[in-house]
Amino acid sequence: MIISVASGKGGTGKTLVTTNLAASIGDVDLVDCDVEEPNSYLFFPDREEEASFDCTVIIPQINEDKCTRCGKCSEFCAYNALAVFPQSVLLFKELCHGCGGCALVCPEGAISEGTRPIGKIFRARSGDVRLLWGELNVGEPMATPLIRSVKAEAKGDLVLIDSPPGTACPVIETVRGSDFCLLVTEPTPFGLYDLSIAVQVVREMDIPCGVVVNRSGVGDQGVQKYCKKENIPLLLEIPMKREIAELYSRGVLFSGKMTEWQERFADLLARIEEEIR
Amino acid sequence: MKQLVVISGKGGTGKTTMTASLATLAGRAAVVADCDVDAPDLHLLLNPKIRETHDFFGLKIAAIDPERCTECGECERACRFGAIHNFKVDSRGCEGCRVCTIVCPSEAVSMVERVSGHAFVSETRFGTMVHAELFPGEEASGKLVTMVRELAVKVAEREKKEMVLIDGSPGIGCPVIASITGTDVALVMTEPSISGAHDLARILEVAEYFGVEALVCVNKYDLNPEMTGEIDRLCRELNVDVIGKLPFDPAVVEAMISEKTLVEVEGPVGEAVRSVWDRIRTKL
Repeated sequence: MIISVASGKGGTGKTLVTTNLAASIGDVDLVDCDVEEPNSYLFFPDREEEASFDCTVIIPQINEDKCTRCGKCSEFCAYNALAVFPQSVLLFKELCHGCGGCALVCPEGAISEGTRPIGKIFRARSGDVRLLWGELNVGEPMATPLIRSVKAEAKGDLVLIDSPPGTACPVIETVRGSDFCLLVTEPTPFGLYDLSIAVQVVREMDIPCGVVVNRSGVGDQGVQKYCKKENIPLLLEIPMKREIAELYSRGVLFSGKMTEWQERFADLLARIEEEIR
Repeated sequence: MKQLVVISGKGGTGKTTMTASLATLAGRAAVVADCDVDAPDLHLLLNPKIRETHDFFGLKIAAIDPERCTECGECERACRFGAIHNFKVDSRGCEGCRVCTIVCPSEAVSMVERVSGHAFVSETRFGTMVHAELFPGEEASGKLVTMVRELAVKVAEREKKEMVLIDGSPGIGCPVIASITGTDVALVMTEPSISGAHDLARILEVAEYFGVEALVCVNKYDLNPEMTGEIDRLCRELNVDVIGKLPFDPAVVEAMISEKTLVEVEGPVGEAVRSVWDRIRTKL
């Protein structure tokens, strides 16, 4: 079973929920797909790192001896990643999606394929929580190939995925294939508005979803009313408590200190399982 | 004309609330651009009245004509993005590369353009605002960010404004890069937590990579003074100015609910925002 934890708005508590849920239920793969800013591993300071390796993408390699500068490759490239000059061909590697089209259209067979790293994948373990995360190199615009690779590393029966914020391509790549999507929000107008966009996205992808309200008690009742109207299960409310915020700020799992929460997170998993059935 | 972008590595650190408050202080001297196009919230505070609507054309994606398709499977084999199954294109997986159109022996694949969102030029109580909506599940948010910025610059030139004030998105990827390239100053919002500090270090690297001067503002600094101290140290090491620290203040959420910016309500946080604005103005 794959459960992804997403939110439209950033900073609503995705990582808080994912890490505490993982630690409370155990025997789980915790996959951090927020590869632009991965944080979940920071909450497992006792982790033992097991492996790290580069995530690479395919790029074209041009054999300048065979190349006649005909320009067919740059004409074909949908991403403007190739520029053909009278003397040479220039590749803007960050723009390349690795589709392989340039090699297919080259009439001289002058293009072969190589690879280049765009980020790193890390594997670690903390007790019976298996941690996986990706880290995108600074300056790289495209997170999706790294997200795809990190997800492919998760092999367990129960996989929890921490998603990036927003609703654009990195989020879609992250939640694609999930059995359930947990949407974390806060009870404010920003939280509600971004939640409503996220709900439209997961509904369009046919993924069942439920809501966790974080910092419950501040703000207004808009999110609760919205969930009722849209018939979306509100699965857990985490109250606004200075203690939780302070523990989080220090990188401490609050369910480890406020142990009654371990049961609440275990119940959350049970509710999700019911919803899927 | 100057361009100021408000960004953060970590989400939820107060970019939009800060941008709206700076817009209040800039008054009619600035055009505001909401470039957080996949979670745009600025309109919830500024109540824009839409003046112009522009169609946004995202990626062209492939479509297979079932009449012509002989189900040979060449396109599915050639697609690097796993976007073709059972002779149908999954629009969410397609990246618009057109490889399927050249491998198809029966010319059954074509590329279709579609409207993926809108960009708006609007009137607010603080002057002109440019913003956008991306339809749910659509890609190419970086391209839409660029469209919003181009519109904002055009409007600013037309209306002879001094500044474009940009609300960015969290992270360090494509929409963020599209938001910060070519700006004069990036105001980086962070919070005193282990995640906030970690993400700050990465976004500062991005700003340096693209040659944009960064200024840092710590939100809710009093929630963890020790971590705020670490952020101060990190910024000193990187030679980046910390130009403001905002206290944790319940008035912030109250202001949001009543659709007001921080400088339109009473409280210590409004004063802190004013001093951030003064320091930014000296920089610009």
